[in-house]
Amino acid sequence: MTTESSEQAVEFYVRRSPDDGEEHHHETGTMLGFWIYLMSDCLIFGCLFAVHGVLGRNYAAGPSPADLFEIDMILMATFMLLFSSITYGFSVIRMDKGDLRGTQIWLIVTGLFGMAFLYLEVMEFSHLWHIGATPMASAFLSSFFTLVGTHGLHVTAGCIWLFVLLAQLQIHGLNEANKRRVMCLSMFWHFLDLIWIGVFSYVYLAGVLL
Amino acid sequence: MSASDNTAYEEGHGGGHGSFKSYMIGFVLSVILTIIPFYIVMGDALDSRLLAIAIVFVLGAIQMVVHIVYFLHINSRVEEGWLAMALTFTILLVVIVLSGSIWVMFNLEQNMMPAHEQIERVRSLP
Repeated sequence: MTTESSEQAVEFYVRRSPDDGEEHHHETGTMLGFWIYLMSDCLIFGCLFAVHGVLGRNYAAGPSPADLFEIDMILMATFMLLFSSITYGFSVIRMDKGDLRGTQIWLIVTGLFGMAFLYLEVMEFSHLWHIGATPMASAFLSSFFTLVGTHGLHVTAGCIWLFVLLAQLQIHGLNEANKRRVMCLSMFWHFLDLIWIGVFSYVYLAGVLL
Repeated sequence: MSASDNTAYEEGHGGGHGSFKSYMIGFVLSVILTIIPFYIVMGDALDSRLLAIAIVFVLGAIQMVVHIVYFLHINSRVEEGWLAMALTFTILLVVIVLSGSIWVMFNLEQNMMPAHEQIERVRSLP
C-alpha cells in the first residue's frame, strides 16, 4: 500500500505530459521572470531618485545644476537613446519576419546609437571632473553621479549584451533561444530609455529650472 | 513562418512584439514629448518656473506611459496580466519610497533647524 502510493507520487512528480517542456511553455516563464528582474531594477532607480530628491539641493557652496549642465548636450544624448529604441523595434520586427540579416543590421545600428549615448555621457562626466565638480564636492554631486552613473552602467551592460547577442545570432541563427534573448534585451533596452526620461526631466531640466 | 503562426506566437508570448505602426506612433509621440520640455527650458519660454517644472514633469510622465504602451507593449492581457500587475505593484512601491523620503527629509530639515527663540534661550543660560 505504502510503496504503491509512493510510487504513484514519484510518478506524479516525474511524469511529463507530452506537450510539456516545449520552448513555448518555457519562454512564457522567462519573459515574466525577466520583467520581475526589471521591476527590481526599477526599485533601485526609485531609491536613487529619492536620494537625489533629498540631497539634490545641498550644494555645499559648490556649483548648482544651472552652472554645470549643458542642456543641448543632454538633448542630443536623449535623442541617441530614443533613436536606439526605435531601431531596436525595427530589429524585433525583422526577427518576427524571420530575417536574420535585417535583425543583425538593426541591432548594430542600435548598438552604435547606444555607444554614441555613452560617449556623450563620458564626455560630460570627464568635463565635470576637470572643472572640479567631482562626487566629493557636494551631496548634490554625489547623488547626481550615483544616479546618472548607475544608468550609464546599465547602458554599458546593455551594449556588451548586444554585441554578445550579435555573435550568438551569427553562430546559431534565429533559433528559439536566440529569439528569446532578443526579446529580453528588447525589454531591457526600452526600460533603460524609460528610466532616462525620469533622469532628463527630473535631474537635468527641473534641476536647471530650480 | 505563415501568418497564422505569427499571430499565435504573438498571442502566446506577448510582452515586446509590436508592429511597425505601433513603434512609429510611439516614436513620433516621444519626439514631440521630448522637444516641448527641452524647448521650455532652453528657450526660457515661460516666466513662471513652477509652471515650467510642472509641465516638464507632466510631459515626462506621459512619455513614460507612451513608452510602456508602444515600446514595451505592456497591457492587461500579456502573460495573463502578470506583467501589468508587477508593474503596478512596483509603481506603488516607488511612489511610497519617493514621496515618503522627500516628505520625511523635508520635515527633518525644517524641524532640526534651531528656531530664533531656541538660540536666545541657550544664550541666556547661566
